[in-house]
Amino acid sequence: MSAVVALPHEPIEEWKLPSRGIVGMACLIVAESAIFIIFVVAYLFYIGKSLTGPTPREVLEIPWFASVCLLSSSITVHFAVHSLRSAKVNLCAVWLAATVLLGGIFLAATAMEWYDLIYHFGLTVRTNLFGTTFYSLVGLHASHVLVGLFMLGLTLVFALMGKVNQHHAERLEVISIYWHFVDAVWIVVFTVVYIVGR
Amino acid sequence: MATQIQVTVSPALRRDWLYHVQDWVTTVDHKKIGLMYIAYALIFLVIAGAEALLMRIQLAVPNNTFVAPQTFNRLFTMHGTTMVFFVGMPILFGFGNYLVPLMIGARDMAFPRLNAFSFWVAAFGGLLLYFSYFAGSGLYGAGTAPDVGWFAYAPLTARVFSPGHSTDYWTLSILISGIGSIGTALNIVATTLCMRCPGMKLSRMPLLVWLYLVVSGLVFVTISPLTAAQIMLLIDRYLGGHFFDTQAGGSAVLWMHFFWIFGHPEVYILVLPAFAFANEIIPVFSRKAIFGYPAMVAASVGIGFVSLSVWAHHMFTVGMGAGPNAFFTFSTMVISVPTGIKIFNWLATLWGGNIHFTTPMKFAIGFLFQFLVAGLTGIMLSVSPFDWQLGSSYFVVAHFHYVLVGAILFMIFSAFYYWYPKMTGRMLSEKLGTWHFWLFIIGFHLTFDFMHIPGILGMPRRIYTYEADRGWEIWNLIVSSGAIFQTIATLIFVYNLVASYFKGEKAGPDPWDAWTLEWSTSSPPPSYNFAIIPTVESRRPLWDRKHPEEPDAHYE
Repeated sequence: MSAVVALPHEPIEEWKLPSRGIVGMACLIVAESAIFIIFVVAYLFYIGKSLTGPTPREVLEIPWFASVCLLSSSITVHFAVHSLRSAKVNLCAVWLAATVLLGGIFLAATAMEWYDLIYHFGLTVRTNLFGTTFYSLVGLHASHVLVGLFMLGLTLVFALMGKVNQHHAERLEVISIYWHFVDAVWIVVFTVVYIVGR
Repeated sequence: MATQIQVTVSPALRRDWLYHVQDWVTTVDHKKIGLMYIAYALIFLVIAGAEALLMRIQLAVPNNTFVAPQTFNRLFTMHGTTMVFFVGMPILFGFGNYLVPLMIGARDMAFPRLNAFSFWVAAFGGLLLYFSYFAGSGLYGAGTAPDVGWFAYAPLTARVFSPGHSTDYWTLSILISGIGSIGTALNIVATTLCMRCPGMKLSRMPLLVWLYLVVSGLVFVTISPLTAAQIMLLIDRYLGGHFFDTQAGGSAVLWMHFFWIFGHPEVYILVLPAFAFANEIIPVFSRKAIFGYPAMVAASVGIGFVSLSVWAHHMFTVGMGAGPNAFFTFSTMVISVPTGIKIFNWLATLWGGNIHFTTPMKFAIGFLFQFLVAGLTGIMLSVSPFDWQLGSSYFVVAHFHYVLVGAILFMIFSAFYYWYPKMTGRMLSEKLGTWHFWLFIIGFHLTFDFMHIPGILGMPRRIYTYEADRGWEIWNLIVSSGAIFQTIATLIFVYNLVASYFKGEKAGPDPWDAWTLEWSTSSPPPSYNFAIIPTVESRRPLWDRKHPEEPDAHYE
């Protein structure tokens, strides 16, 4: 190769590229959305096609309280990121604890709902198409809540141990984006399962 | 004394050997991971190629009993699944892994550890699929590979119709390799958007990188639906669910939709990297810059979007009704527009160029011609009434093999001859390459040109044998004889890869006098790729360096 010659060129303006953490999480969210879309389509397609009972109208109750808890946890996680950015680590830990608590309430409510459905109404994955699609879609979402709670809980533990500082704000933001996604998916699942499907 | 030497030398040697194994197993270097992807894909290419050869021996003459019907079902299932998931995807991801960071002037991928994880999880998927040969019947210890076909239509995959574990191995291996694919795609997007060297604007990125960006975007929205469908199938098989259980109101057609929502964009996931190689190789050997760079980018993005709306042309014979048939015929025809733009741009790049017929260029020219023919039979099949006649016949098999072999595999061979010097520091033998090209192109045309004819004469796909009075015998014999040429050519290629590694001509950093950044570093590149992160001013940074008196930047 010939010798490198300095070219007369205009000075390159400041070279700024997006954060790879946020881009990576955005990609994951696109991929996860596609998975959810397929499960939602299957749910919608099979509404009313069960050959035997129980039907959604007979057994499902609208989980208002749990939904409000989950959706408000989006606000608390936002404040957690915000306070970490301005270096208020203790405040961040408080907001994180609130987020984990609200998410935990949501999961507990789902667990109680499932207990009821299984033991009082005898609805399992095997019972009918409603059971198959309901447990798959709600379970897929619940497993995402579980993953989110694990990550937030871990951050909370680190914060309490004093190992989190302002420089970690962007990483916490990546987790918070995931958590907002989980909440947004719940709006769709809630609408499909408890409003349209009932 | 002698024993003492033995004692001291052999552990040292062993440690040396172990050191190399450990080095490769624990590496997070994008180049090493890329090479492992490629090596792993080549091993599976040979295995799945051998399966194809066995099938062609069985079909060479009527009433043949070379393999049993059950074995034949396993062969075509394993051949299809392996070629798509464990040859096509990994080889393309391998080249992407190797080339994308080098071409954008980065030192590694955005997430090196995720990269290693994606590779190993995908490799595990492939092993799991073949482990079914030993464990497909579970505790009975009798091996049965999956035999449900590569698109595994319901309700054949239900527990009742596919007892044992062979179908579970199929489902799990695809599910697992899908996780790896999504990880790698995520990595490629993050690398492309966040790791470019100064001056490497999106409008200056090599077209290969652009195409890998589109492919990775497609992976998110196509592999994920497949993953979802596989989860549903697992729920059906293990938890007694009813997603695809027609006895309980479930729908077999829903599986078809979910599978082909993955299945058709998957074709574009495989063919766009082939386009990507052509975009780099054709200009270099025409000694001209690519014609119509913005049109090429637009066409690639356009193909990405349109490819999401054509899936049900695989289902014309299901009976979807006039509306869907018309829509999917239309959308399938529309996709030939951006593809046509690409072909014209490649031709315009060749036009008036100083064409060098090196081995990579020969394969690229073969690709251009064969991809055009494959596209033409594709337009024929997009017409739904025509498809009703020839759906699930050997005409369809010939059509998609024309794409997969005639276009994609030819461009993969071309890419090997083009980038092997960069990866190893040695040139592949041009003489053996010429033999490889001519034998392969003869074998290819014998097999896949003549395969259209038994299809038109009514020979259905996936039959293990046929009667002698159908008029298919001579065509099948010709088709099978072509397979022999292709096998010999592939063996020459493998020999060339191995022999040239040890005694090939030294390549130097830039053997082709090319223009993209990977040729500015040594061959093979050091683990950090670039001692100084480069700065670019145009789409052909090396042209600018070699011709400072007339840099590209003045004309873009």
